[in-house]
Parts: sequence; C-alpha cells; structure tokens
Amino acid sequence: MSSPEPAVLEARYTWGGDEFLFVEVSESMSLAANFKVMSIAAKLSAMELPGIVDVCPANASLLVRFDPDVLPPSTLEETVRTVEGDLTHHQDQALETRIVEVPVWYDDPFTKEVAERFREGFHQEPGGTDIDYAAKVNNLKDAAEFIQRHHEQPWLVSMVGFVAGLPFLFQLVEREKQLEVPKYLSPRTDTPKLTVGHGGCFGCIYSVRGAGGYQMFGVAAAPIFDPTQSLADFKDFMVFFKPGDIVKFKPVNEAEYDGIQAEITAGTFRYRQVPVTFDLSKALANPEGYNQELMEALNGV
Amino acid sequence: MAFDIKNPGLATTVQDQGRRGHYNVGIPQSGSMDQYSAELGNVLVGNTAQEAVLECTYLGPVLTTDTDAVIAVTGAPVEVRINGEARPQWTRLQLNAGDELSFGVIRGGTRYYIAVQGGIDVPEVLGSRSTYSLGAIGGFHGRKLEAGDQVPVGSPLNGGALPDADTVPEEFRPVFEKEQAVRIVLGLYDHRLTDEGLDNLLNGEWKVTPVADRMGLRYSGPGVSWKEREQPFGAGSDPSNIVDAGYAVGSIQIPGGTQPIILHRDAVSGGGYAMVGTVISADMDLVARAAPGTSTRFIAVSLEEALVARKELAERKKNARAALGAHS
Repeated sequence: MSSPEPAVLEARYTWGGDEFLFVEVSESMSLAANFKVMSIAAKLSAMELPGIVDVCPANASLLVRFDPDVLPPSTLEETVRTVEGDLTHHQDQALETRIVEVPVWYDDPFTKEVAERFREGFHQEPGGTDIDYAAKVNNLKDAAEFIQRHHEQPWLVSMVGFVAGLPFLFQLVEREKQLEVPKYLSPRTDTPKLTVGHGGCFGCIYSVRGAGGYQMFGVAAAPIFDPTQSLADFKDFMVFFKPGDIVKFKPVNEAEYDGIQAEITAGTFRYRQVPVTFDLSKALANPEGYNQELMEALNGV
Repeated sequence: MAFDIKNPGLATTVQDQGRRGHYNVGIPQSGSMDQYSAELGNVLVGNTAQEAVLECTYLGPVLTTDTDAVIAVTGAPVEVRINGEARPQWTRLQLNAGDELSFGVIRGGTRYYIAVQGGIDVPEVLGSRSTYSLGAIGGFHGRKLEAGDQVPVGSPLNGGALPDADTVPEEFRPVFEKEQAVRIVLGLYDHRLTDEGLDNLLNGEWKVTPVADRMGLRYSGPGVSWKEREQPFGAGSDPSNIVDAGYAVGSIQIPGGTQPIILHRDAVSGGGYAMVGTVISADMDLVARAAPGTSTRFIAVSLEEALVARKELAERKKNARAALGAHS
C-alpha cells in the first residue's frame, strides 16, 4: 500500500489454559497480518493433526483448541512454529476464495428503531444518528458520502465469530481511507438480526439478534446464518461466511429489499457469488485497481 | 417415551458433553455447565457420558413421565420430589408412568441435572444435542423448555444394564461452597496489566455478581489497571481493548479494568477485550457451580500443573465410576 504497513514479524505464542494455544501474529490490524493468520490456519487444518479440535483464525491472531490428552502442548507449539517458519514467503501466496454481493438496505427503519432506544448513556451523540456520527468522525460531508464509501470498495472477511456465523470485515483500501468509528460507549442489549455494523476499523453483519456494541448503518437483506438450511446457499452448512471471503455490499431500496424477502420466502434466493483468486501482493500494490478486477468478476453472474 | 413439561422452571435446557469443531465460525461448545455432575448422573442411570440430560437453573421444572423411567438428580443441592414426596439426590430413582417430578428450593450452587436412562432423545445438531439458545440450534427446538413441551426420552442402553450401586458415595460428590479458589494459567494479554493490576487479580477477593449465566460470570472486586500505551491500529481506544481475537473458553477478560468476566460454555467466540489468563480445564465445573456472592480467589498455576490437575479430575471420574460398579 502507499502508506507503510508495519512489517509482520514473528508471532507471539501464549497459552489459554491447558486447551488453547493463542498465536498473536500482530498487535495491530493489517491485511498482511490477516493473510498470514489465514495461511497458518489453512496449513494447520490441512495437516489434520490428531488432538486439534478447532483452528480459529481471527483478524491478526489465531486460536487453536486442542486436546492435551492426545496432543502434548509442546508438540502443538512446535508444529505451529514450523508452519509459521515455512510461511516466511507468505506474501507470494494467493488465496483461492470467492467474491459475494451482499444487498444492504442502508439507513433502514429496523436499526433506526433500535438505535432510538439506546441513546443517552449509550451513544456518543445521543441527539443524532449512528450514520451521521460515523460520517462526522471520518471527516466526511454527510451520511450519503459515508454510505458511498462503505459500499464502493469490497471488504475481506477477516474473522468469523463472536456469535454463530458473524463475519468481521476489513475493507480492502489503504489504511488512511479506512473507516474508523468508535463502538457504542456501552453495549446495547438489542441489535436487529442482520444489522450491518461497525466498530474500530471493522465492519460486521450481526447474524442473530442480540447484544452488540457496534454502530448500526443498515440491514442486510438476506440471511447469513440459517439453522434450518432451507436456502440453497446453506445446503452444505448453516453458516454462510468463511474467513477469506470477499464481500461487496450493494445498496438496495425498500422495494428491492421487499423483493428479496419474497425470494427468501419462496426459497429461491441465492447470493450472487463467483470464485476468485485473491493475490495479496496485488492488493497491497494497488488496492483500488485490484478491487476493480475482483468486482468485475461479479459481472454477468 | 417422553417427559411432559408442566412448568419449565427458570432455564431448563437439554445439554450433553458439547459441540466440538465449530468454534471457528462462532458456534460455542455449549454442553452441561457442570460436566462432572452431569456425567455421574448418567452413570447412575446406566448411560454413557455422552447422553443428554436436563440442566436446571435455580428453579427446576415440574414434569410427568408417560412411561416408567429410571432417573437420577445430581449437581447443586436441592430437594427432589416425586409426587410431592422428598427423595435423595445422587441416587437412582424409579418413576412410574404418570409420576410427577418436582423440586424444592436450591440450597447452594446454581445448576442441577436430571439424567434419565436412555438419555434425552432430541436430534443431534452438528454432532451434539446441546442447546445453543442464541443460535437457536440443538436441544429442544433450539431453546429452553416451555410448559406443554413433550421432551423425548431414548431407549435404555446396554439392554438396560445399571451400575451395581445406586448411590454416589459422599466422597465423590462435589462441594457447593460460598468460597472458591479457582486455578488459572496466566497468559494471553497478562503482560498488558500493571504490576499492581496483576497483584489485584491474584491477591484480591472477587465476588460473583448476579450477572452470571451460561455465557460467562462477571466478578466484582478491587479492579485492575492496564499499562498505558499507544493503542495499535484497529484495537479500539481503551487500554483493555485489543484487535478482535478469538476467546479461549475459560479465559478472563476485564473490560475497562473493572469487573473480570470468565467466559463459560456458551461464550462468544471472540471479541476486542484483552484476556489475562484462563481457568484450567479441571476447574471449569467449579466455576459453573459458583452462585452470585461466591467469594473467589484466583490462583496462578503453570501449564504443567494444569495438566496434572486435568489428569487428577479424569482419575476421580474413573474412581467414581468404579465405586458405582458402572458397566458402561
């Protein structure tokens, strides 16, 4: 990227009790750190080492759950360190993934209604809206410009978690163009299902209704977590997103939103999506140019 | 065969040993909070450790059975009643068709378990029958029980073989006290605490607050302080913030430095608060038994000591099975 990114040095290894190994690749968030996390996670998972229960890649760190009765902690640490060591040239690697178009009704009535219940004592600007506040702290002209910035460039799913199937999203732009918004002062006890939220430098889509502290900008039109697995996109698994997925938000209006609801009810809704190879070096060298290439892959789908 | 729920109690859910391998997409392990008590209940009724039980929280259910059933109630101390008559805990009990099972007032701890021969027979979701309420999966339709539910019970295993003894000896029952020493392995982001903060964590007295459920338990106490630093990009502005990361189950986070939270079996899988240590696997059941007001000290142990404690717990379960003359 044009601004210097902090180099990703050797990871820090530490234990979460006797069942978890925590590997902090970087203290700060960057695309390079996330890419290294995903590379370690993919390689470690592919080894299918007996005693590994879960490999959980996160934004800039990795959590490995293991069964110490089967896999001694020292053996696990040695294994992960070897995987990390083998990745010293990780920046040359490409990620086989997909780009997905996610329709969003920005500035919708559902999140507005909930936001109005959590102002005084919860929000930095109790008299205003979340989007207006987000525009202001990012020195943007108005809510419309913030929304434009939010959907015009794609995002990388840098982590899935918090609750079932919730994607954390990192926008694929230079650091100085990244949207940063503080979380609520105190978390809400309610967030509408499918709220498109933002906290710090991360976007997210709330997969289920519940507590949350991210600012709320809109609502995604289609499910991302479907325990009934009734839609075609959920045939294989109830969770839609995987780390490494690329997301392009598409603004929709109320009529389009309603149209999508009808498709969901009829069981015919499918996400527009296409496989792509994500190349880290291209993304770092010319983010917006490379994003254009990625987004063009969606044309004609 | 089924249990007919007349009154569901406060929060009664179907649980088993938990759901493994989906934490990477935010689906927690779930499972009985007090695994030890649930497992011994299963042993008493001739089940394997995997069978699903009913986990009752403070106020238990009132239920009737539509056929004869063999049950056991383990976990937190409570009066068990069959057709209004008091019966002992930690003992195998016979229910006849039409009998009503109910409970008195809990006398300590937080949760007790109803194990039934054949297990609670709800469908497995992602390899487990445990309820994950937030995601509405597993258990009985993904939720806590409600009045009118007909909860299916499975057929007896191993031809209905039961262990030789019908009561768990006193020495193998857990204690439910208002004071606990919880062993933790320091790590993760403990280096972010000041010396004074670490000292408060390990030498302070912490009390379980009423904000305690299957997701986690919040403690009040002296608070801790964090080292000042320029926050890394993406980490958030408070010194207790980190770039959102995976949370170890049992890890202790201290948002803002005030009230530590121990994440338990239904915990969120990740977030942006620094964890400073993790409860050892052998003490997770102990934490699950902590009622609000429980005075708690955190004892730092090494990873090696945690592994020894883990073996000791496994040994204790084995000895309890042997004492009961279990066949499964």
